[in-house]
Amino acid sequence: MTAVGDELPSLTVHVTRKDLVRYAGAALDFNPIHWNEPFAKEVGLPNVIAHGMLTMALAGRVLTDWTGDPGNILEYYVRFTRPVVVPNDDKGATVELSGKVREINEDGTAKVDITAKFEGKTVLGKAQAVLRLP
Amino acid sequence: MALDPSFIGRTYPASPVYQVSRAKIREFAEAIGDDNPLYSDPAAAQAAGYPDVVTPPTFLTIINLAAINIVITDPDLGLDYSRMVHGDQSFTYHRQVHAGDELRAIVHIDDIMYRAGNDFINLRADLCDADDQVVVVTRAQLVVREAAKPEEVPA
Repeated sequence: MTAVGDELPSLTVHVTRKDLVRYAGAALDFNPIHWNEPFAKEVGLPNVIAHGMLTMALAGRVLTDWTGDPGNILEYYVRFTRPVVVPNDDKGATVELSGKVREINEDGTAKVDITAKFEGKTVLGKAQAVLRLP
Repeated sequence: MALDPSFIGRTYPASPVYQVSRAKIREFAEAIGDDNPLYSDPAAAQAAGYPDVVTPPTFLTIINLAAINIVITDPDLGLDYSRMVHGDQSFTYHRQVHAGDELRAIVHIDDIMYRAGNDFINLRADLCDADDQVVVVTRAQLVVREAAKPEEVPA
């Protein structure tokens, strides 16, 4: 039985420049701030940053790893509060993702809070999802 | 320059039909490092009650982004894309999308606000299937940062 306070399986992902290029092609998001270092710096970023939607997708894996079937996810929301800066090396940026059950509702759904951290700081704000429980 | 609030409530023409394919779902799942068999194995998806492999939760960003592009390139709105950042994003799922779905996005401007020098624009896209049923609703807030003051513009 799912209970309030239950932790979802956490996930640690190393995001490299290669991963960004691969995601850009898969998601058809070619904004140069995600692959062009001079451009990213010119627009005031510290360096190339990961797609916010990639971080949202990685955090989504915490949900689908837990529920198994993505069809159980009814709502999914994130606010992008801080960029994930990706250096030009083999290790990339380390993103830590976790989740916790906040509420169990009478209609058989649960509200889950998601945390995504980079360099110890959260990069997604108010990240939450509503899932149908089995 | 503040965006024109008279655009609030505007609905854009439906985007071209997007065909959800097994190959694109697999490519997307691999790009986010997710090996869930429901994304790649039709037999596993059918065993779970779906007609074909299904999409990861954020796969519909592909359609959502194309829909957003309709608005941000609208010359009448005049949004400065180079100063735009993605503020938030949500998906509301009415049914699970699968390979073989043919989806169109109908984009609405839900709100436009101007606060502390930044423009905020809230967009909603209704993703409709071939039967004109809304299967997923996406909502995005885009933030257009204030243009640099003249003394801040690099020489």
